[in-house]
Amino acid sequence: MTEQSVGIVAPQTAHFDTPLHLKSGGVLPEYDLVYETYGTLNASRSNAVLVCHALSGSHHVAGVHAGSGAVGWWDNLVGPGKPLDTRRFFVIGVNNLGGCYGSSGPNSTNPATGKPWGADFPFVTVEDWVDAQARLADLLGIERFAAVVGGSLGGMQALSWTLQYPERVGHALVIASAPKLTAQNIAFNEVARQAILKDPEFHGGHYYEHGVVPTRGLALARMVGHITYLSDDSMDQKFGRSLRHDKPVFSYDVEFEIESYLRYQGDKFAGYFDANTYLLTTKALDYYDPAFDYDGDLVAALSRATADYLVVSFTTDWRFAPSRSREIVYALMHSDRRVSYAEIDCPAGHDSFLLDDAQYHAVLRAYIDNIRI
Amino acid sequence: MSFQRYDYDVIANWIEPGERILDLGCGDGSLLRYLGEVRQVRGYGVENDPERIVACARNGINVIQIDMEQGLAGFDDGFFDHVIMSLSLQAMRNTQGILREMLRVGHEAVVSFPNFAYWRHRQAILNGHMPVSKNLPYQWYDTPNVRFFTIADFDALCEQEGIIIRERLAFDEDKVIIEEPNFLASVALYRLGRA
Repeated sequence: MTEQSVGIVAPQTAHFDTPLHLKSGGVLPEYDLVYETYGTLNASRSNAVLVCHALSGSHHVAGVHAGSGAVGWWDNLVGPGKPLDTRRFFVIGVNNLGGCYGSSGPNSTNPATGKPWGADFPFVTVEDWVDAQARLADLLGIERFAAVVGGSLGGMQALSWTLQYPERVGHALVIASAPKLTAQNIAFNEVARQAILKDPEFHGGHYYEHGVVPTRGLALARMVGHITYLSDDSMDQKFGRSLRHDKPVFSYDVEFEIESYLRYQGDKFAGYFDANTYLLTTKALDYYDPAFDYDGDLVAALSRATADYLVVSFTTDWRFAPSRSREIVYALMHSDRRVSYAEIDCPAGHDSFLLDDAQYHAVLRAYIDNIRI
Repeated sequence: MSFQRYDYDVIANWIEPGERILDLGCGDGSLLRYLGEVRQVRGYGVENDPERIVACARNGINVIQIDMEQGLAGFDDGFFDHVIMSLSLQAMRNTQGILREMLRVGHEAVVSFPNFAYWRHRQAILNGHMPVSKNLPYQWYDTPNVRFFTIADFDALCEQEGIIIRERLAFDEDKVIIEEPNFLASVALYRLGRA
């Protein structure tokens, strides 16, 4: 079977008017979640798979949007004949709360004021996202997911699902993730946040009202992020020390190709992503630590889980290094959970999880094929 | 190197139902699968070969991809009832290290290896060639094996390392060899413990 696209897809919106109590103590009185689905929910509702997105991802996991032609961010994984085969599974992608792709977030309207939430949008955590996703599952009539899948921050959600709703998850696929961020990781996030917070056009997070966007800060934040998503080798291979003018011209304009690439990526990102969402999401990453309430004992934290796990890391990923994935693996094993772990030799750094490396996809396919529905 | 049925049976006999098992160099996971069926073990395999990782996933076996040469850091002391290494010890460089690690994370270790002093191998050497057989199926230039040792050598290593040999079985194909195993047996299986 050759791999195919799920074709043209369109997002849907679910409105929730039961207040959601957040980990921060805040409350969202009502909210929207934007989502997409691929494939068909079977009669016994046993074939649903939730795909959780990472920092800049969205509900648009697979297929193509009719108007823009935008292809889903994990289209190489999800579709007919692909490792997550939509002929067999009913796959759901959700834009998380606090996002900027249609789900309630800082750039949507605060019902209390009629103005954009801006900086008043409450802090949301991985656990809050999972709670909101669970409500969407309720709405769609899904009692239990065959699997919850995610990479990076999405992997944290997959792991958290198995702790918050153990009876509702069969398998968790935790890819290029970590049980919590290191100080170095938080440091990178803090640099990104400071770039945004210190942008004169940030206006305390209420820039919408001023008709401006802190694009310089957001672009800088993305540039820092991008450096950490690539490996030293892949960056060197892609750009090396290539000079635009073939020799130094002693200027602060773009000279090295890597400068051009980072500026382009930063500006592009600042053109469509919301700065407040970036702030909120990096904080969600920083706060995630399921072992915090267990004196740092991850084995104890995982003792509630009943799911089976596949954990995958990439050799050149230094943002979420293989050793961080192994922490999850050993803790799961010592909690007597069924767990498999693959360490994929892929040169692309953290971004590897979005690629279709042959070994990576072979492992995913073999594991997913064994998921009983 | 594919497992023979007699190895399976011997190993299964050394294992109680429901034990926690770690299989080092688990290949495609067929031993763990067998032990799951006949002993309902809670099994984990360790492999570092990409294709075998996929094979284990296909077989529904828990497999953990790490390089055993680096030891088993991350595995708690005494977590496993048995740690198995079937026909892989000869392909490990850090022989003493891995034996110590096996007996650290497991209450007992089960080790099997091809006996390089098997009479057919001796005959091959006498005829001027490195042995190639069912249990040593490689040519000298493409073998994954890096340590060449005999039953007598392994006994001596256990003695030196203070490892207790609780049981030892030697085979020529599927035949149990009682007399002169170092000469007549092609494969040996050991059940090992700490002093």
